[in-house]
Amino acid sequence: MAQIVIKNLRKEFGAFTAVQSSSFTIEDGEFFMLLGPSGCGKTTTLRMIAGLELPTAGEVYINGTEVSQKPASKRDIAFVFQMFALYPHMNVRKNISYPLVSQGMPRDQVRAKVQEVAEILGITALLDKPVGGLSGGDRQRVALGRAVVRDPACFLMDEPLGALDAEFREHMAQELRALHDRMHATTVYVTHDQLEAMQMGDKIVVMNHGVVEQFGRPQEIYDWPATTFVATFIGSPAMNLLPFEGMVGNGATSVTLAGSEVQIPKMIGGDEGGLVLGVRPEHVHLDDAAGYRGRVMAAEYLGTTQIVTLDTPLGQVKARLSSSKLVTVGDSVGLRFDARSISLFAANGHALISTANQRVLHHG
Amino acid sequence: MAEVLLQTVSKSFGRQTALEDVSLTIPDGAFVVLLGPTGAGKTTLLRMVSGLDTPDAGEVFIAGSSMRGLPPAQRNVAMVFQQYSLYPHLTVRENMEFPLKSPLLRTPKAEIDRKVGEVAEILQISHKLDNKATALSGGEMQRVSIGRALVRSPNVYLMDEPLSSLDAKLRADLRIELKNIQANLGATFLYVTHDQIEAMTMATHVGVLDHGRLVQFGTPRQIYEQPVSIYAAGRLGQPHINILPADLFGPAPSGATFIGMRPEQIQQGEGQDSLVKRVEHLGDQTRLHLAFKNHDLTTVIDAHTPLRAGDIVKIQPLRPFYFDAAGTRIV
Repeated sequence: MAQIVIKNLRKEFGAFTAVQSSSFTIEDGEFFMLLGPSGCGKTTTLRMIAGLELPTAGEVYINGTEVSQKPASKRDIAFVFQMFALYPHMNVRKNISYPLVSQGMPRDQVRAKVQEVAEILGITALLDKPVGGLSGGDRQRVALGRAVVRDPACFLMDEPLGALDAEFREHMAQELRALHDRMHATTVYVTHDQLEAMQMGDKIVVMNHGVVEQFGRPQEIYDWPATTFVATFIGSPAMNLLPFEGMVGNGATSVTLAGSEVQIPKMIGGDEGGLVLGVRPEHVHLDDAAGYRGRVMAAEYLGTTQIVTLDTPLGQVKARLSSSKLVTVGDSVGLRFDARSISLFAANGHALISTANQRVLHHG
Repeated sequence: MAEVLLQTVSKSFGRQTALEDVSLTIPDGAFVVLLGPTGAGKTTLLRMVSGLDTPDAGEVFIAGSSMRGLPPAQRNVAMVFQQYSLYPHLTVRENMEFPLKSPLLRTPKAEIDRKVGEVAEILQISHKLDNKATALSGGEMQRVSIGRALVRSPNVYLMDEPLSSLDAKLRADLRIELKNIQANLGATFLYVTHDQIEAMTMATHVGVLDHGRLVQFGTPRQIYEQPVSIYAAGRLGQPHINILPADLFGPAPSGATFIGMRPEQIQQGEGQDSLVKRVEHLGDQTRLHLAFKNHDLTTVIDAHTPLRAGDIVKIQPLRPFYFDAAGTRIV
């Protein structure tokens, strides 16, 4: 069990800055996601928490103790890598027992502990099998077992499901989350897959180019992105971003898009110049009474819903509609945006504060 | 473009049956997606059409002609594989021109330039045309290999997971582009994927393969709304369809062993109590993991539901599917 606090953490590799200055707190028992595209610094951050890299500056606290310059072996953590490294010459039981045996735990205790972990992971029947013939999922379970068996203060996982195919990844993601819900061990998990992060995480840190773009609960980040990067990285399809020239003042409740008035949440503070309006696909509705119009370019069937792509004066817009709604490619339609859900961004990509997002972005 | 016909095609590799008695018509201008897990026979079927493999029994026809004995080069098919293979010593432009420069085709230079320019534009690689193929990222290399197929006008395009190595954003863009290209050209596509989103959004027809047998062939909507079996129902839909004992909610039709419910087939607020075990916020929707009479099920609810783990929700089936003991749907 552990709380992890990251303060102004920075890492440079020669002239390259991998992590700029990260600060966030991982509460005891949380399933915490480090999310971002490749090269964003998420793995470097994880490795600094683990003690596999030493930071250039800043602090890492595990349960209140500053550990940033301590080696990995002194941190009471367990690391699960993307490529599940198992000892090929040992059977499953020996692989899982290894960390305990090497700590000098008595044999009967090791046996009991391994049995318990195998039951949690549903691999009891495999204990005396060689690891060579195991399926990908079972290998992953054994690798997890070896991490779990030590009862570490926290688990660090670097894309543990990255190598699996989509269907199986979904299954393992649920299994991992269920395992966490039984054990409640603090888990820090690196992924580039936004859906995986949304699905499994209690909290998410979104990183880009070594900078923490946003930190919070999945639904809050999804609804109220702090930057245009977060707006497009989270969600599939991404948030629609419509750049326009305009001005919004303190208390404004609408903006003008290509000559049509569009309602927005009440602004706190103002900005002008190159602005960007952001709206999620499920908050775009077809409404012939709406002034802002577009032409239907494509309709993609997804079962319950469909994704409709529209060409509009300020760029392409995707709408998520019920698949029972009949849409014809080539038609011109009015677009109504759900006013309560809209974000506005300044030219530098940062969200403008409104009464809707101020609680999440808490700096207004 | 052309119609492709498979007639009772079977193929084994040693004792492993890869395809079993598959008959399938790919209409001229159709976009057919083959769905199934690893080992279902998708890639083998594609290779039968391409000529990279030959059937043990049965026959393949393209544009009405039997392909028996014809090597890939004489079938006028264009292939894209998951693993891109480009000529490393050539530029992007030279790689894409290569098929058009075949002595069999005698394409005029101006025509080659036009075609390559157009395809590069669609695939967002115009600015890379004069780069060495090896100086590209993985995603760019894959687009070049798709481009190399698209510059041609073959009888049929054969694609084996062409988008699976690309990142999510690009994959979404190319889904629409490939679909547009196919629709505009009236081209025949045979396309293999694991990704059900690709299948649903691009296909005019989906073929569901199970251990080498074609178990259902129809529009994505047919497969989703009228699956023939538990297996076919499980190919499409996220979250996965819930399969439970038929009488769990009350009397079931005779012969039914299982009840199948997609999230929209579970009515909330009425019926019997279930316990919320976990609430998963995915942004545009929220998934509810429920426990009901010792069974787990998953459904979706409004993104901003106030429900939390430990709450009670009433549920009942709404026009569910029923399946017999073998998994075949009872209509």
